[in-house]
Amino acid sequence: MSYFAGKYDIAVVGAGHAGIEAGLAGARLGCKTVVFTINMDAVGNCPCNPSIGGTAKGHLVREIDALGGEMGKTADECMLQMRMLNRGKGPAVHSLRAQIDRRKYSEVMKHKLEKQENLELHQAEVVSIKELDGVWKLETRMGAEYEFKAVIIATGTYLGGRIFVGEVSYESGPDGIFPATFLGQSLKDLGISLRRFKTGTPARVLKSSIDFSDLEIQEGDEPPEPFSYDTEEILENKVVCHISWTNEKTKQIILDNIHRSPLFSGMIHGVGPRYCPSLEDKIVRFADKERHQLFIEPCGENTEEMYLQGMSSSLPEEVQLKFYHTIKGLENVVMMRCAYAIEYDCADPLQMDNTLEFMEHPGLYGAGQFNGSSGYEEAAAQGLVAGVNAALKIKGEEPMILDRSSSYIGTLVDDLVTKGANDPYRMMTSRSEYRLILRQDNADERLTPIGRRIGLISDERYNKFLKKQQLKADELKRIRNTVIAPSDKVNEIIVSRETSAITTGVKLVDLIKRPQLSYEILKPIDTDRPDLDSNIFEQIEVEVKYEGYIKKQLAQVEQMQRMEKKKLPADLDYKTIRGLRLEAQEKLNKVHPTNLGQASRISGVSPADISVLVIWLSK
Amino acid sequence: MSDFQNNTIAAISTPLGQGGISVIRISGDNSIEIADSVFKSVSGKKLSQINGYSALFGKIYDDDGSALDECVATVFRSPHSYTGENVVELSCHGGIFVTNQVLRTVIKSGAVLAKPGEFTERAFVNGKIDLTESEAVMDIISAKGKAAARSALNIKEGRLRSEIDDVKDLLIDSAAHLSAWADYPEEDIPEISTENLLSNISAASSKLEKLIKNYDCGKAVKQGIDTLIVGKPNVGKSTLMNFLTGCEKSIVTDIPGTTRDIIEETIVMGNAVLILSDTAGLRDTDNPIEKIGVNLVKKRLQSCGLVLAVFDASRQLDEDDFNMIDLLGEVPSVAVINKTDLDCVVDVDLIKSKANKCVFISAAKGEGLDDLTSAVEDLTGAAEFDENSAVLSNERQFQCASCALEPLKQAVSAIESGMTLDAVTVLIEESIQNLLELTGERASETIVHSVFSKFCVGK
Repeated sequence: MSYFAGKYDIAVVGAGHAGIEAGLAGARLGCKTVVFTINMDAVGNCPCNPSIGGTAKGHLVREIDALGGEMGKTADECMLQMRMLNRGKGPAVHSLRAQIDRRKYSEVMKHKLEKQENLELHQAEVVSIKELDGVWKLETRMGAEYEFKAVIIATGTYLGGRIFVGEVSYESGPDGIFPATFLGQSLKDLGISLRRFKTGTPARVLKSSIDFSDLEIQEGDEPPEPFSYDTEEILENKVVCHISWTNEKTKQIILDNIHRSPLFSGMIHGVGPRYCPSLEDKIVRFADKERHQLFIEPCGENTEEMYLQGMSSSLPEEVQLKFYHTIKGLENVVMMRCAYAIEYDCADPLQMDNTLEFMEHPGLYGAGQFNGSSGYEEAAAQGLVAGVNAALKIKGEEPMILDRSSSYIGTLVDDLVTKGANDPYRMMTSRSEYRLILRQDNADERLTPIGRRIGLISDERYNKFLKKQQLKADELKRIRNTVIAPSDKVNEIIVSRETSAITTGVKLVDLIKRPQLSYEILKPIDTDRPDLDSNIFEQIEVEVKYEGYIKKQLAQVEQMQRMEKKKLPADLDYKTIRGLRLEAQEKLNKVHPTNLGQASRISGVSPADISVLVIWLSK
Repeated sequence: MSDFQNNTIAAISTPLGQGGISVIRISGDNSIEIADSVFKSVSGKKLSQINGYSALFGKIYDDDGSALDECVATVFRSPHSYTGENVVELSCHGGIFVTNQVLRTVIKSGAVLAKPGEFTERAFVNGKIDLTESEAVMDIISAKGKAAARSALNIKEGRLRSEIDDVKDLLIDSAAHLSAWADYPEEDIPEISTENLLSNISAASSKLEKLIKNYDCGKAVKQGIDTLIVGKPNVGKSTLMNFLTGCEKSIVTDIPGTTRDIIEETIVMGNAVLILSDTAGLRDTDNPIEKIGVNLVKKRLQSCGLVLAVFDASRQLDEDDFNMIDLLGEVPSVAVINKTDLDCVVDVDLIKSKANKCVFISAAKGEGLDDLTSAVEDLTGAAEFDENSAVLSNERQFQCASCALEPLKQAVSAIESGMTLDAVTVLIEESIQNLLELTGERASETIVHSVFSKFCVGK
């Protein structure tokens, strides 16, 4: 029972955060695109935390936005609270995070897909994928057969999904939605190697059953800063979060029941994320830690569901309830959805290149959790990369390859396809060696010209960007030329910040440079200051203060790029290169690095192996 | 990372030391040709005329034709050699001085100095050694130490590794804490205390400084220190040189300005090895040729490793002496007050105020050598060189260690000037990168692993 449903350019399997960006990018670049979702009400679902951004993830959101993606704009539209994390720790690690209304987020994203020209959104489970003479054929459970030039797999935790709660286990996608049961086998038949990863989520509890009276409050920033360079409307914080702690009793209950955890009893085979352990995992691994922190976050404006960040668990439901009740504020809490662990199939990203295309399967791309990552933002970033590259390939244009020095997105993709992922990969600032230049404040400067070249940045947006760059250049020039003469007023301000008084005229730029001073502090003595967007002042201040460090990093980038320029042939069989160690031959044949720089980042390839490649290249 | 072309390389393949036999190994396409240009066999046969696995007895001659040492030259023809290339091994009588002279001559004839592990690297690239061996080779090249079991440096390499590991552990601790603190702002990560951070960084710095210092000492012991003999004309520089080297190399006359070129000799003074250069006398002069010599000396005064400044005890200090005293201070210096067999009228206090050490000798009578030796040993660190402590064994390791120290210094000043900790983190990571380069590992992953193992983070 099947029928021919049509010929299109791009198929996106899955409408989570990766699928959305992939579908929108493909369609916006002019490709006829179909996005398949297993459930129309699960488009843009946030099955874990009700927030977007956070450390390093906030960078990703800004970068997605700078390239013309959608996540930042929608997060701004659905925000409940904005916080810039890490203020005071330095501009490299400033990261924006939004608490969002998760139902609204899903609705807004779905609507955007529905309205997008060139894009069709279908509720269907894709059960089979085949390739014939460069044409990709997909079949749905209902027997609809489609033909595509490119397919992007963005199946999240749906692919072969299985849920675990204590001794209970059943096949399921997240939030009780049914899983993708057949696609996994079809992918394996293509020769794609899949493995099992697992992740988990904490319980959702009823707001009115929480006693907030003694809990610490966490408020948003005033004024809230948006993610998107497009957002002009003034944002408003609508909710607060609360903080509580586990205690000895919590720990005891968990230890008493640890044998009932599917993780410890061996039921779960999937590899869990190291950075996102369940509470029982934390208690076992860090046995001497007396208490663990949790955040109580609202799931939306029109719901009483609250998310308990930090309390992920796969213990039986009744044990969960018991240990939640030991926590201050949660003594009488009513659980609405219990915590669970979920195991799913994903691909080894070493099979892909920097465009996220499978090297052995031209036209097939992967994005998001399917590629071994974790997190909404990591998924969206990859969706954008895969969507853009699928479209560029169909249009016969050069691919968009973002290198490590360009962005966190580039670092993420490079890490995945070069080093692989042995557990779900999360973005962190420490993963970027160039983090003083890859800041969230300058994402537009780094990536908007690229987004423009690809075709995802409108004239209006681009002109706005150019104007901002001009204003920034003018202001830089002004502070370099403005001389502040010594006066009592000036020195009073300077000395009050514990830095030395000036005796002769000093350039404004040199005062801003002093670590103790800032644009804001110097405002009273900088009478000619133009009224500019705060982002411009922020960028200039960082560039001026960190000039030496930025120069240093740029020099490192140059060094890296010299290695990146030494290209390695795509069809090279490393077994034929004499002198390479066996391990290096195997790793190189698996990853197929595009250049020497990438080769040098493969674990198991030593500096000596690189020497051998250098010699080989020079012959 | 080595980036070698197919050039011919040479190095001393036996441990440097007094006595025994030293082997200078030359490998590469031109090795036989180069060996032929420095070696003359007793039988008159050329090395290029003999088969592989054969040897000739003869002498090594330097470029002005004087014989340096007797030698047995063994030819290995490609691919039947250690490296798989044409190889000549010159077995000489050993001794630091002679062996270095032979190596220099070989290099002057067109070979380049081999990088650490380069012979073995070539052997393995040319398929001469099997997998097990080649893995050991990789370890040498990436300085992992294990494979050096065959060499006398084994224990030292192991010590170096553990020393570097200590430094690295200190820094990775700090970097992991900083990363966890930045990447998990809402987790229960202990605050970073600047005092702890500073004390960790300075503990790491001082370990590195010690290694670097010991390398300089080790260099004095193993490789020789570039030493300049300076002084106004006719104070006895050449006599001192000859006194120290035991042979007449410099032209000794009473006419000021006879020594114009810089003449080099390698000598052993106690534990220290000095590569000695006799120089033109330092004086104001109108003679254009002499002026070139004088300027050359002034330049070298800033770049050499040790200065022996010679003064005449029997004469008052004059304008030229004062000029020279002014030039001291850039590098370690010993004031050598010569001609103590005559009456001492020179202003010793003034000289002592500028030179690091001051000794009295009579070069002509051969007196004062012991004092000079101990002054040199003290100043070069050769006296305190600890044979048993961790040693950076080559220039590459030294460079890595120095490059690891520099960002730590910057990190300290960044913290002190109130810079934010993201900048400090980047500097610490730069230092770790350089240490990992020293040991052949990689950085960013190490920190990530450390974050997860040390801190309890997560949703």
